[in-house]
Amino acid sequence: MFGYYLLLATYSLKRSRVITVLMILAIGLGIGASMTMITVLHVMSGDPLPDRSAQLYVPLIDPMPVSNDTKSKNTTPEADVTWVDAMNLLHDARAERQTAMAAASLPVRPQQSNLRPFFENGHYVTADFFPMFGTAFRAGSGWTAQDDAEHARVVVLNTELNRKLFGDASGIGRTVRLKNTDFRVVGVLDNWNPQPVFYTRIDDRAFGSTDQFFLPLQTAQELGFDFHGRFACWGDGGDNRTSDHCTWLQFWVQLSDAKKARAYGDYLADYWHDQQTHGRFPRPVNPQLYGLMDWLVSQHVVPDDLRLQMWLAIGFLGVCMINIVGLLLAKFLRRSGEISVRRALGARKRDIFLQLGIESAVIGLAGGTLGLMLAEFGLWTVRQRPDGYAKLAQMDPTMLLATFALAIVASVLAGLLPAWRACHVTPALQLKTQ
Amino acid sequence: MSLSPVIASLTRHKLTALLLVVQVSLTCAIVCNVAFMIAHRTSQLRQPSGVVEDELVMVDSDNLDDNAQSLVRHKADIAALSAITGVKSVAAVDALPFNGNDWSNGISLAPNVTSKITATAYNGTSGEIAALGLHLVEGRDFQSNEYIPIDTAHDWAGIDHVAVTIVTRALADQLFPGQDPLGKIIYPGNGPVRIIGVVDHLARPHTHDGAQNEYATLFPLLPDGNDVTYVLRTSAQDRDRVLKEASQVLNRLDDNRILRHPQTFSQLRADYFHRSRTMISLLLAAAGGLLLVTALGIAGLASFWVQQRKRSIGIRRAVGATRRDILRYFQNENFLIVSAGIVFGSLLAYALNLALMEHYEQPRLPLSYLGIGALSLWLLGQLAVLGPALRAAAVPPVVATRAT
Repeated sequence: MFGYYLLLATYSLKRSRVITVLMILAIGLGIGASMTMITVLHVMSGDPLPDRSAQLYVPLIDPMPVSNDTKSKNTTPEADVTWVDAMNLLHDARAERQTAMAAASLPVRPQQSNLRPFFENGHYVTADFFPMFGTAFRAGSGWTAQDDAEHARVVVLNTELNRKLFGDASGIGRTVRLKNTDFRVVGVLDNWNPQPVFYTRIDDRAFGSTDQFFLPLQTAQELGFDFHGRFACWGDGGDNRTSDHCTWLQFWVQLSDAKKARAYGDYLADYWHDQQTHGRFPRPVNPQLYGLMDWLVSQHVVPDDLRLQMWLAIGFLGVCMINIVGLLLAKFLRRSGEISVRRALGARKRDIFLQLGIESAVIGLAGGTLGLMLAEFGLWTVRQRPDGYAKLAQMDPTMLLATFALAIVASVLAGLLPAWRACHVTPALQLKTQ
Repeated sequence: MSLSPVIASLTRHKLTALLLVVQVSLTCAIVCNVAFMIAHRTSQLRQPSGVVEDELVMVDSDNLDDNAQSLVRHKADIAALSAITGVKSVAAVDALPFNGNDWSNGISLAPNVTSKITATAYNGTSGEIAALGLHLVEGRDFQSNEYIPIDTAHDWAGIDHVAVTIVTRALADQLFPGQDPLGKIIYPGNGPVRIIGVVDHLARPHTHDGAQNEYATLFPLLPDGNDVTYVLRTSAQDRDRVLKEASQVLNRLDDNRILRHPQTFSQLRADYFHRSRTMISLLLAAAGGLLLVTALGIAGLASFWVQQRKRSIGIRRAVGATRRDILRYFQNENFLIVSAGIVFGSLLAYALNLALMEHYEQPRLPLSYLGIGALSLWLLGQLAVLGPALRAAAVPPVVATRAT
């Protein structure tokens, strides 16, 4: 029976060829556009550190004066801290691990005469950075808290910069000249490149960039190295990097369970109170802890434009679906006479339903296949964009399955209503009017 | 012709007609909002920078020599760059419109007052205004004795000591509405700064909404850090050559530096707005696709209905209806359906706009977009139904006598 219905379906579809092609095109375009954007958002919302993200938090303490209130309700939370607060929190060390950092871009000056100096991106961090984020080392290790305190001239390189400077050998123990200072290489990371680069300020470079060197923060500060990023000051008294009214550092803590997280929240509240007695932190005490994934969402790691593009694509798919429902309905109802004859000859409602359902499933399947191809094409065009996330836009098996599921669900839903409506045609009434 | 037979007939196809109304209203709602977004983004794309865009090239220079006297270095560089044939003027600056290098200060009108108005500080060597081609509409340019170093080494403390500034028209109007800004005092840092001139336009390094986009102050502060941007003004056709020569000249003078981002201003602008352009083309594609799908839906449905009603059309023709009457009938039917769609669509468009305002900081949808949306959908509907309606009108009366 199934084969027969399939045959009937192809006959029927061939009879109105133009409409059939248009329906397949519409569902294909709708699914292609939606799946392209859903895939892009899916890969961008991924977890940069799947086995650790649940333990990593960003503390939010707000030292701004009350008057600096912004009116907009959609402001993204700001977690940059001042040098003073970063050093206090580091010193108190109430979390299992904690690290303060700032982004950097420094000239690297190779000793080889054939290499011109070049700029490289990196980070100024503190000792806990490496164990906390589980950075995989190819050789050597990070530095110690004592190195931090002594402003040691040490550096951890990432694989690419190590290769550029020392070839395939590890550069452990050798010297790298950054800006105007020599640093001893103590560790080489194994292509550590979490996407997005979650620990820094989230902006349009969160995807695609890599950090190639890591220096002790206190050392960089002592040497007066420039940092990259936002430097926000209020009040007056000089916009000094070590002053207590300029935020520019990022701070992360590791807390292995909810109890510890609560305890750390209490500690932050105490810290806030304590600072108030020193005339700082004039706003009401309200410390917050953001988990890594929540933090990324709050910082719009997926740009608003992309989210908008996804909703647009889904809206488009919706209109295409309604379009197909309408067309199929009109088509099936036009065949009321034929359906009535079949019913009069003994076909049950569910036979009719099956027959028409198969016809719409054929359209859905063809549309889904087309949609899959269009989604692959759409992702290819996304990969041609100059944005950092472009390279990530690949279809993974999950998304492939999801696309097919969406195609089937969409077409069955689109076919269900018309088929159901058509199998309720009253045969007697239809036959009589003929 | 009365619409009542059309309505009576539509009630026989309630579900199908309803689906078409839903489709038209969804299309109307989305297309209105998309059109508004396209207009908004296109206006961003067209923002004037204030500088002579097709005459500028620039290159960033990062000095690696720590003992270098930056001010002396810059002076020598500028002299060498000025000597390139075809170069009209050169300046060393710290920021440019659309280059993202934004140093904004709160601008207050009294000392020690926090201000909600922030403006970008543009600093550069003398001749910056001429090199960028800014239009000084009031007051005068800086004099050579007014220049002091930015003092990068001490967290840019120059801003606390600078005496004069040139501001944009937008900032002057915001700070001193209806007054002559010349001679007025502002406090971008700790000290008082007198406004001596006004330029008509100068966009900030990052785009902002509305007038804020041009809140900018120019200071006679000399860049004295290791990194600086050299801007060269030349004629449009000489840009590529001048850009190439500029790098060579700078490296010949002293190659203990890293040159970065050699580019024309046109490239800078194109790169800065690349995302907006992608977004605009995607929005256009989405709007076009929606309208197309809806038109096809209308045409497809109409042609099914024409086939289905062939016999009734024949009967009507046989009892005296003209071809024109039949044509009109289908056109009216379409008009009714699309109108219903537009009514719901307008409500939906506003609901959608509210959601966008909530989540995407989209401004309120102006009423005119609904008018344009409605007009284009009516037109689209009539165009889409024309083919099937003409086919219906061509049905000969003799069909009435045949069995289906």
